[in-house]
Amino acid sequence: MRKGYMYRIIFVAIVVLSAAWFTMTKPVKLGLDLKGGVYVLLEAKPEEGQRLDNEAMGRLIEVLNRRVNGLGVSESSVQKVGDKRVMVELPGITDTEQAIAMIGKTALMEFKIQNADGTLGKTLLTGKALKSAAVSYDNLGRPQISFVMNLEGAAKFAEITRNNIGKQLAITMDGVVQTAPRINSEIAGGQGVITGNYTVEEAKNTASLLNAGALPVKAEILETRSVGATLGDESIAQSKTAGMIAIGLIAVFMMVFYRLPGVVANLALICFGLITFATLNFFGATLTLPGIAGIILSVGMAVDANVIIFERIKEELRFGNTVMASIEAGFKKAFSTIMDSNITTLIITTILFTLGTGPVKGFAVTLTIGVLASMFTAITITKVLLRGFTMLFKIDKPILFGVRGK
Amino acid sequence: MIVKIKIIENRKKFFTFSTILVVLALVSLMSKGLNYGLDFSGGNLIQVKFEKTMELKELNPILDEIALDIPQIDNNSRKVQISDGNEVIIRTPEMSEKVKNDFMKDLEEKGGKFDLLRSDKVGASIGEELKSTAIIALFVGLILIVGYITVRFEFKFALAAVIALFHDVIIAVGGIALLGYEVNTPFIAAVLTILGYSINDTIVVFDRIREVLKKKKAGSLGEAVDLSVNQTLTRSINTSFTTFLAILAILLFGGASLKVFITTLLIGVLIGTYSSIFLASPLIYLLDKNEKLEDIGHN
Repeated sequence: MRKGYMYRIIFVAIVVLSAAWFTMTKPVKLGLDLKGGVYVLLEAKPEEGQRLDNEAMGRLIEVLNRRVNGLGVSESSVQKVGDKRVMVELPGITDTEQAIAMIGKTALMEFKIQNADGTLGKTLLTGKALKSAAVSYDNLGRPQISFVMNLEGAAKFAEITRNNIGKQLAITMDGVVQTAPRINSEIAGGQGVITGNYTVEEAKNTASLLNAGALPVKAEILETRSVGATLGDESIAQSKTAGMIAIGLIAVFMMVFYRLPGVVANLALICFGLITFATLNFFGATLTLPGIAGIILSVGMAVDANVIIFERIKEELRFGNTVMASIEAGFKKAFSTIMDSNITTLIITTILFTLGTGPVKGFAVTLTIGVLASMFTAITITKVLLRGFTMLFKIDKPILFGVRGK
Repeated sequence: MIVKIKIIENRKKFFTFSTILVVLALVSLMSKGLNYGLDFSGGNLIQVKFEKTMELKELNPILDEIALDIPQIDNNSRKVQISDGNEVIIRTPEMSEKVKNDFMKDLEEKGGKFDLLRSDKVGASIGEELKSTAIIALFVGLILIVGYITVRFEFKFALAAVIALFHDVIIAVGGIALLGYEVNTPFIAAVLTILGYSINDTIVVFDRIREVLKKKKAGSLGEAVDLSVNQTLTRSINTSFTTFLAILAILLFGGASLKVFITTLLIGVLIGTYSSIFLASPLIYLLDKNEKLEDIGHN
């Protein structure tokens, strides 16, 4: 009994200390609604006859990844959502317009023969034949995009130019003619330039879009959200205030109502906080605004397990049992109630996690972790502390539990 | 026990009270309906903070003027909300990226400099999906809860709990409809959380009823219900109170973006606490009136 108790103290100490260490050393990842940034949800729209298989989705994600990297955002993420959707998150981005334009552009480069009347012939070559593109400058210092084709593309390009000498070759981007130079001779080697009225910035963007390649399937933007950094900062500050006030009020209430166990519950509440944050960190969960609400809410609910236990202990004390016996019986009897009531909450959070997206998922994760952590602290930490205090100070007066003795 | 509530004796009063609340909630839902926000209806939302103070009567003519070029900003299709003097939220039907940028330029030219705090765009198809997902989530949740309670207790308990749950959810949703708050994705999360919270509360009482029955501490089911409710009353009130404190803190200090979410929870927690004591418990009695006491609480 004594030895078992020692092990438990050591176990609890290790859990709490490692949770504290983990919380201090690794900052929690903040969601876009708190940090500010751009969120884009795209859906692949295969054209008729086009199959939307895993490979196509994989390529779409790859291309989007390259484009996002081109924006130079650290911690950006491109994730598949469901079968045909991709979620792109760009934290810290301020130029929403540019980001969305970059991600969503199809950047389909096509080569077509331009007829004398200005109409275009059929597509002869697409951007898929492209090896690389870069910004260069013409004799007058105007920016242009120079490109190099891959082997296959170069051969085809040579064939096209050979067969169409004297005609105009239009280079279109997303269906818009950028330039239509006259073909004077066969061009071997597959090199060329696209001229247009580009600014340096535009030329750079276009070049990197071409480098990133055309999307393998058309992707439509379903949803975009952008949050400015100021709004995020404000939200964090407000949540902190709300959290502090909630915890303060709950702590005072517990002490007034439950005396000694109340103090213990408050210590357990601190452990609960540490464990919750450490677990969030451990799983790399992202903290969103509803997620913070989930945590604050679980603080309110975290004391529930303690309340159930303490009420049981009080009942035992009222029967005239000794303090130590009442503590043992109280924990034992409260156990199944705590399990039953929390499992139903966990059923709900699981559904929220499975069906929800973005912030709702975040809320579900924090509430789940909160419920589990509260069960752990109530059943293990509160018990160890309460027994410890009772033994250490030889407590035998029920009044310390808020019960008038017999 | 300091407080002694006679649940069974007064059950008709509680049933009547609950029925009135549910009817009121349903009436408000049918007549007013829910004010669907961007996540459901689709469209654009732009939140900006002007450098100078902006008033509605100053902003409206500007928007009317812009609407001549950009019909989405039209008086009939836009919703404008001003808070804290110079923060403005404008909701419009879906705009393309280009049209939106034109609008922003026009707004800055005519209304003065501002900071873009938030810009959201949601396609209409997403909203439809969200509605169906929400309903699926609600029913899957209910089915799983019924399953769990049936396994742990008995089907009667599950049925009583689910009726109480419907009661709680309808009243919370009806309350939000009555307040006219705009509902978005977090609202769904809040409603589902009410399911979790309310059932949590109910099960603590049920657990006690089961225990009282097992130990044959009461002469009849009615007595068992009364005894159990009174024994768990302090716990129900205390837990609801601490949760209520947390919710209140978020409501008062947590900022505007959580208002709807947290108000829904607030109504849910209050009504959930009420229903687990005054509705779910007498419902067991009602559902079981004709059976013998020995038949229940055996597992």
